[in-house]
Amino acid sequence: MEILKVLIVDDEPGIRSGISRILTKFIVDYPFMDDNIGFSTLEASTGEEAINIIEKDRPHIVLLDNKLPGIHGVDVLEYINKNFPDILVVMITSYASLDLAVKATNFGAYDFVPKPFTPQELKSSMENITKHYFLRRMTQKLNKEGRQIRFRFLSVLSHELKAPLNAIEGYLKMIKEHEFGNNIENYDEIIERSLSRISSMRNMIMDMLDLTQIESGKKVREISNINITQIARTAIDTMNPYAIQKDVTIFLNAPDDIYIQADQEEMEIILNNLISNAIKYNISNGKVFCNITKNENEIVISVEDTGIGIDKTDISKIFEEFVRIKNEYTKTVSGSGLGLSIVKKIVNLYNGKIDVISKPNEGSIFKVTLPLKH
Amino acid sequence: MIRDIYLKKLVIDIMNARKYKILIADDDTDYLFQLKYYLEKAGFEIITAESQREAEKIISEIKPDLAILDLMMESDDSGFILSYKIKKLYPDIPVIISTAVASETGITFGLSAEEDKRWIKADLYLEKGIRTEQLLTEIHKLLNINGNS
Repeated sequence: MEILKVLIVDDEPGIRSGISRILTKFIVDYPFMDDNIGFSTLEASTGEEAINIIEKDRPHIVLLDNKLPGIHGVDVLEYINKNFPDILVVMITSYASLDLAVKATNFGAYDFVPKPFTPQELKSSMENITKHYFLRRMTQKLNKEGRQIRFRFLSVLSHELKAPLNAIEGYLKMIKEHEFGNNIENYDEIIERSLSRISSMRNMIMDMLDLTQIESGKKVREISNINITQIARTAIDTMNPYAIQKDVTIFLNAPDDIYIQADQEEMEIILNNLISNAIKYNISNGKVFCNITKNENEIVISVEDTGIGIDKTDISKIFEEFVRIKNEYTKTVSGSGLGLSIVKKIVNLYNGKIDVISKPNEGSIFKVTLPLKH
Repeated sequence: MIRDIYLKKLVIDIMNARKYKILIADDDTDYLFQLKYYLEKAGFEIITAESQREAEKIISEIKPDLAILDLMMESDDSGFILSYKIKKLYPDIPVIISTAVASETGITFGLSAEEDKRWIKADLYLEKGIRTEQLLTEIHKLLNINGNS
């Protein structure tokens, strides 16, 4: 249980001890909070004393009477507002004049409790203020996390885009300076390398656009009855030249027609990514099996390869943005590091799931399950 | 032209009684190729590694005179780990950590890396894509070589 410190400022000892008794036994519990919140109390009989305690003990909440022997409650409020704006203040007033109420609101009082009050009135005010405290803390936390995620995205992005630019610029400078003589053939290899970096950069930009569109929710989705087997066939046909080049054979095992209510482009992205990964990370003379099945509840697309597999420790990382597992086998393979995170985001749009079974040096199975009613 | 380069190298070799050995570790093969080319042209002997693991193997067998390490290889902080290991083995070797992480985003080496900087004693942090002449000046400074080679 989390304990919030409450400072009670009132010149009547009876009121202080009364409030103290109520609060120390009171627990606030909202279903959305992961923990109950209880209270411990501090007491001050004057405004001056209150300020001392605030400086020393930093209470979370101050219950503040306005009519005090020395400085007034509003003066304490003004001091809190200036120096500790995070402290939440509830004004306790025996006669609430409009003037005082306006002043107190301007100085950031969170709530007013009229005097005399019933224990229930005090409790409900404390409930409100606790809820406010909890939500404010959550918001601050989320804002901070949001900024950090955005920061990471930006720095990785600039890294991934600057690296190919640097490489291409470097090669162009070599050509400009005639580093390898005047014979154009001497430059064939570095021109080839530059073109390859440009093409992988283009892929990355396309993937990024896909990702931003999905994430922003601004992409226009056209849900219709589409034949997923047909999409798999087209994906395989498109990828086949690449597979032949890599000496990989693709097998499709699916009924002629399997229909699903979905966006055509999104299904294409899923199949293209999974099949191209299965080719990319395969071995020479390897195989790719694409199986699609349907029962009354769901469609299961599984893409299995006989490739290099994924280390157990890496499996949890592969759906993160810009993550590319770097090792001896993957260093010559190019990719944006976004494909699987895009696939996962799309699968989530359909309330589906994606599972991975993999064994290093044997291969991987990526299994996408899409519920028919979503 | 190639003969010219060869001759120039030969002159440099004679000027520096011995060649300084530089280890470059970077998983970007294009960057590695270009840097190797220019540093060899400037008269250095270059050993390359395409991964943190490869670099670790190399330093266990050979002591280079200077190391230029990419920050992000197998992991986001490969360069830091390598730098630490090199300094432990050979405290006198200057280490340059290079990265393409943009300074535009505010922090050059990422949030978590800030505190790592304290225990990593790299001699220089360089942004990738700086001019070769500038890099050569820095290398000469770190190796205490005078004049232009």
